[in-house]
Amino acid sequence: MVMRPWDPTTMISCYARKQNHSRLSMAFQGDLNLEATELRLGLPGTGDHERRTPPVGVGVTKNNKRGLPELEDGHREESTRTTKTQVVGWPPVRSYRKNCLQPKKTESESGGGVYVKVSMDGVPYLRKIDLKLYKEYPQLLKDLEEMFKLKGGEYSEREGYNRSEFMPAYEDKDGDWMLVGDVPWNMFVTSCKRLRIMKGSEL
Amino acid sequence: MAYSFPEEVLEHVFSFLHSDRDRNAVSLVCKSWYEIDRWSRRRVFIGNCYAISPRAVIRRFPEVRSIKIKGKPHFADFNLVPDGWGGYVFPWITAMASSYPWLEEIHLKRMVVTNACLELIAKSFKNFRVLVLSTCEGFSTDGLASIAANCRNLRELDLRDSEVDDLSGHWLSHFPDSYTSLVSLNISCLGSEVSFSALERLVSRCPNLRSLSLNQAVPIDRIACLLRQAPQLIELGTGAYNAELRPDVFSSLSGAFSCLKELRSLSGFWDAVPAYIPAVYSVCSGITSLNLSYTTMQNPDLTKLVSQCPNLQQLWVLDYIEDCGLEAVAASCKDLRELRVFPSDPYEEDEFDIALTERGLVSVSEGCTNLQSVLYFCHQMSNAALISIAQNRPNLTRFRLCIIEPRSPDYLTLQPLDAGFGAIVEHCKGLRRLSLSGLLTDRVFEYIGTHAKKLEMLSVAFAGESDLGLHLVLSGCESLRKLEIRDCPFGDKALLANAEKLETMRSLWMSSCSVSFGACKLLCRRMPRLNVEVIDETSEVAESRPESFTVQKLYIYRSVAGPRLDMPDYVLSMEEESPDLIG
Repeated sequence: MVMRPWDPTTMISCYARKQNHSRLSMAFQGDLNLEATELRLGLPGTGDHERRTPPVGVGVTKNNKRGLPELEDGHREESTRTTKTQVVGWPPVRSYRKNCLQPKKTESESGGGVYVKVSMDGVPYLRKIDLKLYKEYPQLLKDLEEMFKLKGGEYSEREGYNRSEFMPAYEDKDGDWMLVGDVPWNMFVTSCKRLRIMKGSEL
Repeated sequence: MAYSFPEEVLEHVFSFLHSDRDRNAVSLVCKSWYEIDRWSRRRVFIGNCYAISPRAVIRRFPEVRSIKIKGKPHFADFNLVPDGWGGYVFPWITAMASSYPWLEEIHLKRMVVTNACLELIAKSFKNFRVLVLSTCEGFSTDGLASIAANCRNLRELDLRDSEVDDLSGHWLSHFPDSYTSLVSLNISCLGSEVSFSALERLVSRCPNLRSLSLNQAVPIDRIACLLRQAPQLIELGTGAYNAELRPDVFSSLSGAFSCLKELRSLSGFWDAVPAYIPAVYSVCSGITSLNLSYTTMQNPDLTKLVSQCPNLQQLWVLDYIEDCGLEAVAASCKDLRELRVFPSDPYEEDEFDIALTERGLVSVSEGCTNLQSVLYFCHQMSNAALISIAQNRPNLTRFRLCIIEPRSPDYLTLQPLDAGFGAIVEHCKGLRRLSLSGLLTDRVFEYIGTHAKKLEMLSVAFAGESDLGLHLVLSGCESLRKLEIRDCPFGDKALLANAEKLETMRSLWMSSCSVSFGACKLLCRRMPRLNVEVIDETSEVAESRPESFTVQKLYIYRSVAGPRLDMPDYVLSMEEESPDLIG
């Protein structure tokens, strides 16, 4: 674990890390070279700077799943992102507001639709989509393209993605990252936990 | 004066003064005006139930018809005030029961109201008309049954945001069949199902019903028949707004809404199913107030609904509206005066789940020229955006910004947000209420102390660097009445240096700051008309605390009633702690 001695730039780069992707999209990144002082919890030398690097069990294949070798078992962002210790009374939201929303979320997830979060590298916010609204992969991909304003690629059952700038991946129930389209549609809908659109340049 | 007006004439003139401040000013002119005002004052507002005793109020104003009383400090809304702190209304009710037989209205906020209180109200005031319990607690639906059964002239029963021990919905059936005077009913905070037939009969026999806020338990397919009985409604809070889409229910609902020609305010919509939303489109053009802060509806349906309301003045919504939705609001709702955007998931770990940023607020500040009041929760902010907002909207009177992560800097420059908030106070000269958030140094308090001359209420959290910050506010903000602070490095020096200022204010709350026990005692000794209360939930005994002990929570308020007698054991009055001084 690489830890720098505390100094003000470290504090700033702490904020930089959190805000990293939004700043990326604001194109300020190049000027400040904050990576040099960035606090990270990962093995030295792992180079992935994307905030939402998903952890992958490299080489673990069960049920003939084709895992994604490109994604390194580097920053286990999911577990190392500091769980916000909930400060009492912060944010200043009345309890009845919190109560009435939380249950509704799970209702919408378990009731009608199958809602999954969709993230895209370099984009500062997630979207949520309901997989139940789609019947097949091309429909889903078309929507993703529209949602994130992407130039689409071509997808075929046999060859996967050709000449496309983006590649949609999904995290399944076992926590493995898979290529969207690998498994039959229905299996995908039931096993997909979240989606991530990776930029082609990483491939 | 030999040729002064007869009292009746003066009384008549005074009846045109509606603000308390004006009436207070009038009462200071001379003894006879004081007396005339005393006897003719019908409405009294008690901003802090511990600032004065009920007896003193009754002695001065013997003919009151309407009283409004507030209890706990504002931060009680966010669980910072432990249970059992106080704010009991019972002493007020008992005193008024014997002295104000003609009392018509009781408005309470953040007070503890028991069933005994409600029963006493129901029994004691023959012409009782209005009961508003805002963010109150301590009573059950049994207490409501007493009110329903006995208050023959009741016009308004409003339980907004109160915590009610909801035993059953049966209480509503206690309104007798002969009761027809209901004008306003708000039961949105209740969980239990009320008897629908009782509700329907009540609505149908009350021709003056103008405001009806249902609770979640009223299903969507029942709303239509209620609405048909009350086409004169001005305000409506729906119950749950979800179900499988059924064309017959939809068309019935749609038809019912189209009959509400005078509807101006809509709220509720729990679990709203987008498919049912078009049923309300027919009323949108007249809507001036929309509260969608309980609905999980998202874009595009959410934005579509809001954009259909060109006369909207007040919008409360969740961050599901996103920047794009707020841009649409800025374009369609040109008369918007108040915007509140709440976080759909305050503890969401993935911070950027919702596409709501500072841009949404900037759009609204550009497009809505009548915007005066803002409450905005978001994840990022910049000085540039705040400066824009300030320049666009110098007419802002209330500005409350909550950047969810404490101490977040300007996300573009990583600088503190001092300059941004500085611009707000500098441009918005009429600003009366301000809540700060984000990374802030003492600088921001310099701006506030210098410019915020009309500021009455300030909320501060996780801000500042030293006592100077607090000192700048207390010494500079001439109109300050309420100050609430948490998790700031403010301590003894600023407090003691501005002791006199505290008596010009209603109250000061400080928690997780750096104020010492000794300073509290000193303050109390110096200012006899301040109640200095230390809240300390640790188990240590008071006497063993050293002077240097940092107090957990501190609540200081001016009072002519002396220290209160109903404090729980974790509240220490500094009055008791300080030995009497000789001379």
